Amino acid sequence: MQLKEGQIRIPSGCAVSAVISKSGKRMSGESIVKSMVPMHERSNGLGGGFAGYGIYPEYKDFYAFHFFFDNKAVKHECEVYLKESFEIVKSEPLPTRKIPSIVDEPIIYRYFLSPLRSALASYQLDEREFVARTAMHINTFIKGAYVVSCGKNMGVFKAVGFPEDVGNFYRLEEYEGYSWTAHGRYPTNTPGWWGGAHPFALLDYSIVHNGEISSYDANRRFIEMYGYKCNLQTDTEVITYIADYLLRKQGLNLDELANVIAAPFWSTIAKKCPEEKERLTYLRTVYSSLLITGPFSIILGFEGGLMALNDRLKLRSMVVGEKNDKVYVASEECAIRVMQPDIDNIYSPEGGEAIIVKVEEGKY
Amino acid sequence: MNLNTLDYTNEQLNKLIRNSSDSVVLDNCLGQRFIGAGLSDKTIVVNGTPGNALGSYLNGATVVVNGNAQDAVGDTMNEGQIIIHGNSGDATGYAMRGGKIYVKGNAGYRAGIHMKAYKEKLPVMIIGGRCGSFLGEYLAGGIIIVLGLNDDGKKIVGNFPCTGMHGGKVFLKKTADAIDFPSQVNVHDADKTDMEEISVYLKEYCKAFDLDIQKIMDTQFVVITPNSANPYKRMYVEN
Repeated sequence: MQLKEGQIRIPSGCAVSAVISKSGKRMSGESIVKSMVPMHERSNGLGGGFAGYGIYPEYKDFYAFHFFFDNKAVKHECEVYLKESFEIVKSEPLPTRKIPSIVDEPIIYRYFLSPLRSALASYQLDEREFVARTAMHINTFIKGAYVVSCGKNMGVFKAVGFPEDVGNFYRLEEYEGYSWTAHGRYPTNTPGWWGGAHPFALLDYSIVHNGEISSYDANRRFIEMYGYKCNLQTDTEVITYIADYLLRKQGLNLDELANVIAAPFWSTIAKKCPEEKERLTYLRTVYSSLLITGPFSIILGFEGGLMALNDRLKLRSMVVGEKNDKVYVASEECAIRVMQPDIDNIYSPEGGEAIIVKVEEGKY
Repeated sequence: MNLNTLDYTNEQLNKLIRNSSDSVVLDNCLGQRFIGAGLSDKTIVVNGTPGNALGSYLNGATVVVNGNAQDAVGDTMNEGQIIIHGNSGDATGYAMRGGKIYVKGNAGYRAGIHMKAYKEKLPVMIIGGRCGSFLGEYLAGGIIIVLGLNDDGKKIVGNFPCTGMHGGKVFLKKTADAIDFPSQVNVHDADKTDMEEISVYLKEYCKAFDLDIQKIMDTQFVVITPNSANPYKRMYVEN
């Protein structure tokens, strides 16, 4: 039996890439898949994945749940659970393509769901909180069922394999989105398995991550006090929950999120003007357990935008490029040049400097 | 010999370069790693964006890049020359122990981290624009020069330059930027002797990028050296 994450530790890098159209123009998934090819060596075939935003316009009012099931029995069990509180608007196998490089796939399904009013009323929860709790419940209590993503008008496509093969497997060229993120995995501490590939998503938040966070347990202990369960024992999962907690529950903005998880050093804060010093000190003090240490470069996807961020020491690489209405982010410049050979402005953000890109209001 | 890099795998490409008796021109380069690694002869001209660890362990060859380079240029290089007509990424000249790296544009974080000198080996790195944080971190030997020719209004160097520096010399163009150096280094205005020491490299640099040497020689630089009462020194083995 193959051991899963958390059952084994392998003491032993990754690639990230993203593109977004500020004017909300939808792009096929083909280009983001190709961008991962020159960064092939950054992964080792044990995980690849993509998140696409704006891909389900015909179902944009429903929560799109992507699922992995270990077997038919657990799929049935999960559907029974879902029907208690959701209307299943549509359910279907996620279209895939049989290719030799992707094997041992679980049952991969997608559902478009609408929470029942009666369920929301009885739990006295707003819709998003209810959906987040449903995902958390399934991942924790229904053994062999994994919610891969559960946001509106977005979806995560991930697998064990090299990212370019994963993109081919999921037929991403058939989807169109205004924003795409991508990940190639090189698991350093844990084995690769389907659920452990990136992106990690909750509601419309998704994270792709290159790095290894040394504050994982401190972050996990804090976030689990607020109802999140870190079931996958991989550091990236906790970043997704931190983003959801700070943005959705605490109402912080994206800059503030960056100032919490990649807080400047006290010596750097000391040099700021009084107002800024007060603001940064407040965030570092109140959310001290959410400071993420160790190397990371992450791309956070969300409805209508994305944010790219390096750890404050910039221990991982990240490059940003712009051309017309599009912004590109990647671990390496070559990946950006695959998507746009004729790039205008190409630069590396500083450690802890959040690059926030939003689609024009009303265009997504 | 001209090679269209798109026609080969990374491995094939590096094998062709290694086995070529002639100079090599790589066209359409896009992320291929370890180009020129360990080579002691010939000239490699790269058109495009070479991948990480360009010229690592370089042992005498010359690499010219018409474009930007990515991370870890000249990692542990021993001898030779890398000339970049663009920017270079993080950890440029990582643990370099000989030879020269000349960058026309900017360099990323940790440029020259743990460069070292030994006997006749003296690595030299010149950055035309600016550098990110941790420039010359753990510097043990060699010369790093940052010319500050960038015009984007950003500081010539990021935070924490020369942290852990216990050998070598760093020259920075004197600017109005507030730069905090650790107490373990000394900072002084470059004098005539300092400039004479680097003039031969600056001439070479200006020739490579067609710049006016006099203008650079007339620039006021500051020089950073380890503090002679250096507490770091006791943390490392004497040699």
